[in-house]
Amino acid sequence: MRLELRGITKTFGSVAANSAIDLTVEPGEIHCLLGENGAGKSTLMNILYGLLTPDSGEIVVDGEAREFKSPRDAIAAGIGMVHQHFMLVPVFSVAENLVLGNEESRGGLLSWLDRRKARADVLAVSARYGLPVDPDALVEDLPVGVQQRVEIIKALMRDAQVLILDEPTAVLTPQETEELFTVMRGLKAAGKSVVFITHKLNEVRAVADRITVIRRGAVVGSAEPTATPRELAALMVGRDVRLVVEKEPREPGEVALRVRGLSVLDDRGFPAVDDLSFDLHAGEVLGIAGVQGNGQTELVEAITGLRPAQGSAELHGQQLIGSSPHKVLALGLGHVPEDRQHDGLVPDFSIAENLVLDAAGQAPFGNALTLDLDAIAKNGAERLAEFDIRAESAQTPAAALSGGNQQKVVVARALQRDPALLVASQPTRGVDVGAMEFIHKRIIEQRDAGKPVLIVSTELDEITALSDRIAVMYRGKIVGIVPPGTSNEELGLLMAGGGHDAAGEPDTQPDTEPEPVPKEAPAGESAAESVAESAEAPAEESSETADE
Amino acid sequence: MSNRLKRILLAIASANTVTVTVLAFVLAVLVGGILMILSDQQLLHEWGYVTSVPGDAFKDSWHKVADGYVAMFHGAIYDPKAPQALRPIENTIVNATPLVFAGLAVAVPFRAGLFNIGGQSQLIIGAVGATWIGFTVSAPLPVHVLLAIVVGMLCGALVGGLTGLLKTRFGAHEVISSIMLNNIALGVLAWLISTKAFHDPKRQDAISKPVKDSALLPHIHGSSPEVNLSTLLAILAVVAVWWLLSRSTLGFRLKAVGSNPDAANTAGISVARTQVYAMLIAGALMGLVAVTQISGTLSASHAMTQTLDNGIGFTGITVALLGRGKPVGVALAALLFGALNAGGRVMEAATQPTVPHDVVTVLQAVIVIFVAAPLLVKEIFRLREVRRGSGPAASSVAPATAVDSAIEPVA
Repeated sequence: MRLELRGITKTFGSVAANSAIDLTVEPGEIHCLLGENGAGKSTLMNILYGLLTPDSGEIVVDGEAREFKSPRDAIAAGIGMVHQHFMLVPVFSVAENLVLGNEESRGGLLSWLDRRKARADVLAVSARYGLPVDPDALVEDLPVGVQQRVEIIKALMRDAQVLILDEPTAVLTPQETEELFTVMRGLKAAGKSVVFITHKLNEVRAVADRITVIRRGAVVGSAEPTATPRELAALMVGRDVRLVVEKEPREPGEVALRVRGLSVLDDRGFPAVDDLSFDLHAGEVLGIAGVQGNGQTELVEAITGLRPAQGSAELHGQQLIGSSPHKVLALGLGHVPEDRQHDGLVPDFSIAENLVLDAAGQAPFGNALTLDLDAIAKNGAERLAEFDIRAESAQTPAAALSGGNQQKVVVARALQRDPALLVASQPTRGVDVGAMEFIHKRIIEQRDAGKPVLIVSTELDEITALSDRIAVMYRGKIVGIVPPGTSNEELGLLMAGGGHDAAGEPDTQPDTEPEPVPKEAPAGESAAESVAESAEAPAEESSETADE
Repeated sequence: MSNRLKRILLAIASANTVTVTVLAFVLAVLVGGILMILSDQQLLHEWGYVTSVPGDAFKDSWHKVADGYVAMFHGAIYDPKAPQALRPIENTIVNATPLVFAGLAVAVPFRAGLFNIGGQSQLIIGAVGATWIGFTVSAPLPVHVLLAIVVGMLCGALVGGLTGLLKTRFGAHEVISSIMLNNIALGVLAWLISTKAFHDPKRQDAISKPVKDSALLPHIHGSSPEVNLSTLLAILAVVAVWWLLSRSTLGFRLKAVGSNPDAANTAGISVARTQVYAMLIAGALMGLVAVTQISGTLSASHAMTQTLDNGIGFTGITVALLGRGKPVGVALAALLFGALNAGGRVMEAATQPTVPHDVVTVLQAVIVIFVAAPLLVKEIFRLREVRRGSGPAASSVAPATAVDSAIEPVA
């Protein structure tokens, strides 16, 4: 199916979200739509999926102009969409979710019959496109990557010829991302087209056939997947972007955060952090790398007072373990939580209010009794400008912001405290290249000001770019602390549990050569993945942990 | 037509909360009218031969409904024939006063993410405290009544705080523990008014000793039922809660906890403590209801009986719902309900054959149902969907907003 968008224009109030956008998706291609947060990618796709009607312009399917009044029309025309936030019922099984809203099975009183048919359909589609799922598993028990697979199957079962994936990798681990790419290539081989929306440059280069770059609502150009990340970034942001974080070498100061024998249990009561010890120096960025689910989340929660723990973590001699989050914040913690939606923002609150969430009742934003609304508004306006948060005003509710701008709010809140310790989990999750550059610069500023900085990220590129030392966590232990120059292959091996057990011995480097990587390894986190696959026993273990 | 006027008309025709609430009221009046017709045997008979003589049924039904509502209006707002034409509005205010406290007692915890259906128990225990102070202590007027008010509030707050503590400390869901506390409080009340310490020896029935005159709320205006100090307190409470929710640090924390407890906790706000505070405030407000019930105008005996709560704990929920959890909204909703109560009683007395006061209860319920189902009202009146970020009048909003609202028009 050949899909064309001609001159699509859509304005919201005075903002042109899309202006005269032309886009052609050929059959059997992976077409990547690249753009910053708020560039208008999602608006365009919502128009294509019938969720929005364009002010002008037309959608042409196989040479025939079509009008989509609702997603139903779009689905009938062979367009499927996988949203960033999944539209699944958590307590239903995979098969039940796929039956839901499916015309064929509607009205069936004998639900067991529907279910059997649904199971068969699921298995058929899943075998045909190489998308393994268990039709009887409950969706809530599935890892995010598999839930996404269910969404893709849902679209395929409705006979989608063009599949729109809206920032599909934002919620995925590196392994899951690589699996998704395999699926996308399989779909392409089966003659389907994929529209892949993203702002991650490495992903584009790894998987796209053609790239269309959108900036501020307009197509600014197209590129080949062979283009360098820097070229792509410049197209996307409209200026030259430095992808490498510039930082001067700096002699770390005294030990600021001393962690000794820290053990933390996860929600189910299993040990997540296991007798961990490390030092974080003043004026140093320590990056915690690792496959998600190896205890990083619990480590951060323990240090920030959000989760009870055994052992000790002292910030300039003050014990953090056993303190309330309030007390830890009072000691000078600046915290960028891993999940901004869940732990970072109050959706009903304005940007200005969210910026003082951890400082309400403290000078200069008021006292124990009253708020100083003027000071809060002023601070909001200032941060809005400083962090280039794209919103009408600081009074805009946080829920109305795009993901990247929400992240900027959370980062701004942590940094405006002038923290004595900065703990940032996934500091640039979901933000575009321009904002990423800015956030990285601010983090390095903290380090240069002599502050200890702890970064947790699953993006290896981010870790290597920011860190002065990299600690790799595997199964609740630090399996190695390495300098930032370490190759991704070596880091990948450590992340998969290989290498030396260097826990508790800061600055110890593994001295053996890493396993040679057999095949061509794509850049970044995917390298870690392919290494993990090539290693025998530890690889299994690592994928196990990831699935938990 | 000027542009401005056009915009105002557009705003009225759009499905905003005020329009929906007003239209819900209109619908409720229609439903109430139908009920009035159904309650009249004569009219039903006339509707039986409506096809042959349509005049009778329509004319008489119109008169019936009009008389009912006019009587209600006379009872609630303004009666030109009465010696004091504005007397009814005092009646409305007196009826509305306890509902203001009760509505706020639901609205405040609601903003902190708690559903306070324990108003009944907070009211009852508050009343126990206030009554006990009322008949045991001897003190001059201002001191005695203030003491009764304070102790009533404290006792109510105690029960509210207990609910909060049960939730935050021991994980008991506030709805479950509230229902249980309501039953416990009813039991305690039944037992207390039969004990020597509380029971009025001059009476055979289950009633407590009456409070002394010095513990009665001093009246401000009018005569039986007069507007008394509690109305002043209600206005103060509305202002205080407005300040709490929009200007105070505690209110900020309260709303943060109500909207996203995880983010609040991460930002160092103690969810448990904040929720307990919200319940303490709610309990104290219900304690004020207790004082108006015992020492106020509407009580004939100024003593505790088994039915002293009069369902106000639950009416508070509907008032808070109608007022959309906002202090001024709660005050307006309470006034509406107070007017319906006051008017309903007059309507019952003035109509022949009688339109029962229960019509008012149905009216109140219908309003709340329509308000709780705004989509239904929008459908009936074919209102334009409010869509943030679209339409000529709307100012520019980030595209993401418009997309969100397009996907979820309910929001």
